[in-house]
Amino acid sequence: MNNAHGKVIKYGDNVDTDVIIPARYLNSSDPKELATHCMEDLDKDFLSKLEPGDIMVAEKNFGCGSSREHAPIAIKACGISCVIAETFARIFYRNAINIGLPIIECPEAVAGINDGDEVTVDFDSGIITNVTKGTSFKGQPFPEFMQKIIDAEGLVNYINAK
Amino acid sequence: MGMTMTQKILAAHANLASVEAGQLIEAKLDLVLGNDITSPVAIHEMDKMKVNGVFDKDKIALVPDHFVPNKDIKSAEHCKCVREFAKKNDITNYFEVGQMGIEHALLPEKGLTVAGDVIIGADSHTCTYGAVGAFSTGVGSTDMAAGMATGMAWFKVPSAIKFVLKNKPAKWVSGKDIILHIIGKIGVDGALYKSMEFTGDGIQYLTMDDRFTIANMAIEAGGKNGIFPVDDLCLEYIKEHSNRQPVIYEADADAIYDEVIEIDLSALRPTVAYPHLPENTKTIDEAVKDDLAIDQVVIGSCTNGRMDDLRIAASILKGKKVAEGMRLIVIPGTQKIYLDAMEEGLIRTFIEAGGVVSTPTCGPCLGGYMGILAENERCVSTTNRNFVGRMGHISSEIYLASPAVAAASAIAGKIADPETV
Repeated sequence: MNNAHGKVIKYGDNVDTDVIIPARYLNSSDPKELATHCMEDLDKDFLSKLEPGDIMVAEKNFGCGSSREHAPIAIKACGISCVIAETFARIFYRNAINIGLPIIECPEAVAGINDGDEVTVDFDSGIITNVTKGTSFKGQPFPEFMQKIIDAEGLVNYINAK
Repeated sequence: MGMTMTQKILAAHANLASVEAGQLIEAKLDLVLGNDITSPVAIHEMDKMKVNGVFDKDKIALVPDHFVPNKDIKSAEHCKCVREFAKKNDITNYFEVGQMGIEHALLPEKGLTVAGDVIIGADSHTCTYGAVGAFSTGVGSTDMAAGMATGMAWFKVPSAIKFVLKNKPAKWVSGKDIILHIIGKIGVDGALYKSMEFTGDGIQYLTMDDRFTIANMAIEAGGKNGIFPVDDLCLEYIKEHSNRQPVIYEADADAIYDEVIEIDLSALRPTVAYPHLPENTKTIDEAVKDDLAIDQVVIGSCTNGRMDDLRIAASILKGKKVAEGMRLIVIPGTQKIYLDAMEEGLIRTFIEAGGVVSTPTCGPCLGGYMGILAENERCVSTTNRNFVGRMGHISSEIYLASPAVAAASAIAGKIADPETV
């Protein structure tokens, strides 16, 4: 995996999977269709302001609630390149790794990044750079085992390679 | 070094003498669960794996319950996908409409979850089976696919918070009030990545249905699992429902906990969680003062759709009518609960009170169908989440409560104390 580089769209605490992708759309599992409803109950302007490669930043407990993998799938399919949060809810964390959506826990970065800032993330080193402000932060590295799943771009490839 | 109850179960399933918090392990699975929303994604992922079918056709449970009976064509296609997969792989525990129930009410009733098991389910409320002394946790569809294919899953061994439940709860205080109180106290990420291990003399006063409700909502505090010690009541329940032999694990006396929290059950009041997080709790006494008009009441779900729940709701509604304009929706958790409730006369009570009774479904809990809320409507619900838009319009509001408070509120037309109706 390489780098992410984009403009930041920032949210607060406890962004739950119901607002990431409401259950009324879960009669579909098509990533493209799910992407058209991503975040709509929290931020109806999300898709119109989103540019491919943008980075989502959020505070505590991102992705809490339901186990729906449709949530990271929708975020990935709409073009978000990375999610940085203070903490992630555990099922979302697993799901993101398993489907190959890059995520990083880094409370310092979340505090030091504002909505609209230009940010780069180096996935190998875990370094997050706020280009707008000229500051950088070190994200939590993944344990080796998880890094292998990430390097394989998801659990399915990892199992197939075993 | 001592282990928690959860750590002991995980160590045994990873063939390790001991494990400690933070360790990454691969554990053998006793059961892999999926529903009609998560299974199609898992089946699609499994198709991409180089495997020949499932690891064990007896250790997979497929329960279409979220949007069944099929709410629309797309849901019907999802259910068809699950049905065909079950047929192709000769899955023993596939539950068609007519046999199905809400998954977490159904599986313990069918004896598929027993003490000592390691269970993953592609549904966040899979943590429910901690009530029977199993380690069970929610995962996503890809983990479900890997579990179905290999019979294994990776886990980071969790640390734990020990909750010491003390004394006997008062008359109207149920498992729902206890878990809402706990979530109110520690917050929706208060147990993030951790086990919630319940102990204490207060457990003897909790029915199995109370314990299912408490374990069910561990995820609403961010917990990886919630688990109860295996006592005589639990063993009796397992014996009544299952042919499988339970394996009893107990936490070591010197087990390490991140935190120990004592809860005096006798001091608790019926508790209501206000929009839009389960941690926004108020006691019933505070809630009644808010004098909030309610449009709809839902009694059901994997959290509170069991016999105890229907019995206490019916005891309050018996001989009474719901408030004018109130929509009361009652959803028994399984076909068996539905039948038992019918035989006990509870269904008659609900209908005579002006409620409707539905076949088992998750429907309204996640805003799927069967009770969607319009703009600015308020609902008192025995379900588990009150997030923005969870049950319908983003301006609608959900107040999470026990079946007793829900029934009382249906009669009063506003949030009400069961003692006063």
